[in-house]
Amino acid sequence: MIQSIDLYAIAPPLILAVAAGLVLLLDAFLPRRPYSRPLLGGVTLAGVFGALGAVVAQALRTGAPLRTFCVPEGMAGPSRPGLIPSGAMGGGPPAGDLPAIAAGPSCSFVVDGFTLVFAGLALAAGIVVVLLSMAEISSGADVPAGEWHFLLLCVLTGAVVLPAARDLITLVVALELVSLPVFALTALRRYDGRASEAAVKLFLVSVVSTAVMLFGVSLLYGVTGTVHLDRLAQDLRQYTPWSGVDPVPPAESQAYASSLQISHDLPPVLTVAMVLVLAGFAFKVAAVPFHAWAADVYQGAPVPVAALLSVVSKAAGFAGLILILVAALPAQAALWAPIIAIVAALTMTAGNLLALRQRHAVRLLAWSSVAQSGYILAPLGVQTREAANASIAYLVFYAAMNLGAFAVVMLVSRRDGQEGIDGYRGLAFRSPAAGLSLVFFLICLAGLPPGLAGLFAKIVVFREIVGGGGAWLVAVMAVNTVIGLYYYATWAARILTPVPVPVPVPVRVPAPASARAPAAGGTADNVTGGVVAEDAAAGAPGATRAASGAARGGPGSAAGWLPVGVAIALSGIAAVAFSAAPQAVLDLVPGFLIASR
Amino acid sequence: MNWLPIALLAVPLAGSAVLLAPLPVDAPARGRLLRLHGLAVSGITFLLAVVLAAGFDHADPARVQFTTDLAWIPGLDLRFHLGVDGISLPLVVLTTLLTFLCFVYLCWGRSDGPGQLLRPRPGGNRPRALVFTLLVLEVGMIGTFLALDLLLFFVFFEIVLIPMYFVIAVWGGRARRAAATKFILYTLLGSVALLVGLLLVWAQTGTLDMVALGGAQGTGMSRAVQIIAFLAIGIGLAVKTPMWPLHTWLPDAHTEAPTVGSVLLAGVLLKMGTYGFARIAIPVLPDGAAAVAPWLGALAVVGIVYGSLACLAQRDLKRMIAYSSIGHMGFVLLGFATLTPVGVNAALFGNIAHGLITGLLFFVAGAVKERYGTADMPTLGGGMLVRLPHLGSVLTFACVASLGLPGLAGFWGEMLALLGAFDPAPGLSRPLFLTFMAVGGLGTVLTAAYFLVMLSRVTHGRPTETVHAPLLAGVKAGVSPGDTAAEAVAGPGDTAAEAVTRPGEAVPESAGRVSADAVDTGTASVRTGGRAGPGGGGTGPGGGGGLRDVRAYEVAAWAPLVGLILLFGLWPKALLLITDPVVRTFVGAP
Repeated sequence: MIQSIDLYAIAPPLILAVAAGLVLLLDAFLPRRPYSRPLLGGVTLAGVFGALGAVVAQALRTGAPLRTFCVPEGMAGPSRPGLIPSGAMGGGPPAGDLPAIAAGPSCSFVVDGFTLVFAGLALAAGIVVVLLSMAEISSGADVPAGEWHFLLLCVLTGAVVLPAARDLITLVVALELVSLPVFALTALRRYDGRASEAAVKLFLVSVVSTAVMLFGVSLLYGVTGTVHLDRLAQDLRQYTPWSGVDPVPPAESQAYASSLQISHDLPPVLTVAMVLVLAGFAFKVAAVPFHAWAADVYQGAPVPVAALLSVVSKAAGFAGLILILVAALPAQAALWAPIIAIVAALTMTAGNLLALRQRHAVRLLAWSSVAQSGYILAPLGVQTREAANASIAYLVFYAAMNLGAFAVVMLVSRRDGQEGIDGYRGLAFRSPAAGLSLVFFLICLAGLPPGLAGLFAKIVVFREIVGGGGAWLVAVMAVNTVIGLYYYATWAARILTPVPVPVPVPVRVPAPASARAPAAGGTADNVTGGVVAEDAAAGAPGATRAASGAARGGPGSAAGWLPVGVAIALSGIAAVAFSAAPQAVLDLVPGFLIASR
Repeated sequence: MNWLPIALLAVPLAGSAVLLAPLPVDAPARGRLLRLHGLAVSGITFLLAVVLAAGFDHADPARVQFTTDLAWIPGLDLRFHLGVDGISLPLVVLTTLLTFLCFVYLCWGRSDGPGQLLRPRPGGNRPRALVFTLLVLEVGMIGTFLALDLLLFFVFFEIVLIPMYFVIAVWGGRARRAAATKFILYTLLGSVALLVGLLLVWAQTGTLDMVALGGAQGTGMSRAVQIIAFLAIGIGLAVKTPMWPLHTWLPDAHTEAPTVGSVLLAGVLLKMGTYGFARIAIPVLPDGAAAVAPWLGALAVVGIVYGSLACLAQRDLKRMIAYSSIGHMGFVLLGFATLTPVGVNAALFGNIAHGLITGLLFFVAGAVKERYGTADMPTLGGGMLVRLPHLGSVLTFACVASLGLPGLAGFWGEMLALLGAFDPAPGLSRPLFLTFMAVGGLGTVLTAAYFLVMLSRVTHGRPTETVHAPLLAGVKAGVSPGDTAAEAVAGPGDTAAEAVTRPGEAVPESAGRVSADAVDTGTASVRTGGRAGPGGGGTGPGGGGGLRDVRAYEVAAWAPLVGLILLFGLWPKALLLITDPVVRTFVGAP
């Protein structure tokens, strides 16, 4: 049997994979010259941009979704009968229900709105991560550049394939493609005990979660005899609590009654399978109770990898979760929604409470991103199918804000050697651009104006939950928003607080004494109040800036920091754009999931 | 689309955006430009508000005028819908006026007087950042009163949080960090409750348009939903107002905030809460309001009595004024709780009056604190009318206005609120509200009591000198009070020595002598006070004198408030004529 493959549909992952191979070859055959590392970075960047271009081109074309790797018409039935009789009950897919899995042959790879949003998100985030990586590699001599970029491109390939996957096997393979290279990336900084520890932790957690999820997937396959998500949905529809034709979700009481009903009708094994699959994804998105790995791994890994984990890897996890829940198990919403709601509530609470006590910047961001996972999960916990939109929209907002925060943290930790948040004191005076943008990203994450992006993201989620009637979840989320604000605000306030005494901070790169002296003089004058205050205020940061400028001219080299600056600027522009015109994000959210109010 | 409301928001926003650009001039020129910039931007905004008030069709204040309705975020149903009517117009004007007066206070003259922009402070006072923050704050405040879309209202409601947080946390007093954190966490908790309530209204009615919702009078929402929504929105607004059990953030925030922060906090930010009651909670959710009104009234009168009793126990002047705000806001809430036109009018009147009077009180308290280096009343000693006659007089005037003397603005709000409680809306228990009225009446007596006690302690009596003389010397030497207080602990000799070494000081030897001989301080301070008296009209600032009386920039900032307090006290109709028609449509009265 010969399959025709639509190369255009698979162009983005193909480009990424080719670029990955190219990078590996170049690394093997290029002479070790100073230009080789930036060159590899450039090739990687070109590959990611190429893939992004392909995604944009696919997004701009109109017409039916692209599909490929389809089961031919003649072989429509399952190859093996499952536990439950298939196909007989559904009576064909109902009108208006998930066009992605509409009539026609089942396909493993579909490029629709959902796919494009997640692929675009992963690639845009990928650009920022590649830029951060270029800085990391240019400064750290012990990091092998070729392997790094190769692994990074592999992760991105997986992240682009995953949202397009419409069968369980592609889904698992893509998810592994996202996960496996990350262990290696984490441990790639040689002779770093913490990184190795982080890699081992991540490896163990990830492997366990994969095993758990595979078990769940195998049970699903065993029950239904099919791996395609649309057929799964069709076969399981007979257990639906409400008719598939009826788009109106049932009132809560009905849903409760029907969930009781379901537990009688469903084969218990299906429930087990669902819980196992959910548990597997909960590991990936660091949801409670599988969240414990986050802080150690984020802290141990190089900052670009932490950014990758917190955005690309997490987005992939959510894409898979939404696919399984909304595309494969829509009829069982009454069963999984309460589980998701509880997990969401616990996740945001645990993340926020743990973040409160953190003094290390990356650890704080790690727990905060766990809390943000809770917010992303929350809309899935109410039983309206449109709720997934809110999750996707929040994820897009979150990606821009969080990447920006990581970029600034990377800049500060590499340049000033500051890892604790106390080291951020007065950052807005040492380097105003970095300081102010970090303040902006943090306020965005907290969800307050002027960070309107974060505010609207929260409003979208709140709206979905209030509309879906999740009263207690609303209350939990409201309290969590306040807890979250505390640590973001205190961090932001630190950035804007001037350093009171002449800097006793350990400066890794020695600054010329002449540059530091005026700073000390300015502060001293200021304390005695002998000069006009503004003079002193203007003098101190100016002098410190000069010092940091001198530091920048040192071994790190301006070229190494340029990519980080570009990364900060990119995320900043995205966050500001999302603040001014959040509709752009809401428009991005795929049509078939858009709320039809 | 009307340009005026947009301009009201755009001018301060553009003014703050300009400040982000680097300015390649030297420091003194930059300071001059900055002061000019702050004055000009806030002045233009105030002028725009005056134009708005002048162009407002006073014959039909119930109609929403100057409307602008643009789609912003269709995905959220969020429209950029602005407009003014009779209840928002006075608040918009009040906001722009108070902001402008704050800038006058900060920027007038060479701005190196007490509490002004170039006043040296430990760690620098970062004037550019302060101007930026205040302008952003103004955008949020004006926008809140202009917004006619529930979510847009919420967005503007939130915009003020971060700037106010930084105003307190950066330019505040000694315990500023904790106060700022408490402020923002508390108000954010309120905001989230508000958001949930607004979204609940939206989920039930499918619209966010305040005008349409107000016209619908709650149709489309069941009684239970209305009660839940009113509770959520009410809690959100009550934190901001603040209502009695949710008030605990307020005294700390007010005490630690700098003068302009306190003025804007009391004068405008508290009004955002009460405005929300008038604009959203009562008209949109009438059934919910009717069900919750007795509770609201009860908490209001508890607030009145509690605020008054707390005031009696305060030692700190700013803290006392903060607690008095709780009492006054209790009257405002009591007015709302009656759900009658009289009561709601009283609340709106009391709102404006409180903004003017408490704004003035905080200005004066700030001036006292800047001069004495403390706002602790026993430390201040008595006899301010002798030592600083003009300042003492203004303080007396503001206190008398605040305690509700007939003929001044504070009277009408309280009197009409009690009158409203005498005859509450049909459906509310009359005996209950009569009790509220009686307790509220007791509250007015207590209010008078604490203000008079305070005046007798601070302004009257013999000027017994209990403030450390080195402190006064420090104020003279141009060192900020915070510094001086810290140094005073270290030992008076240091400061005195410093004062001696400083060139150009008028009376170094007197300061030295005073610190050496504490017994003689009384006469010394009388002497300095007497000398400052003639210069009180505001001769050239920056001179040597000790405790200086009211100065030019202070006169400029305070005179409009004094005038308006008198105007509204003598002619309350000026305000009631505008608000009454709107209130009648809102509470559904003929």
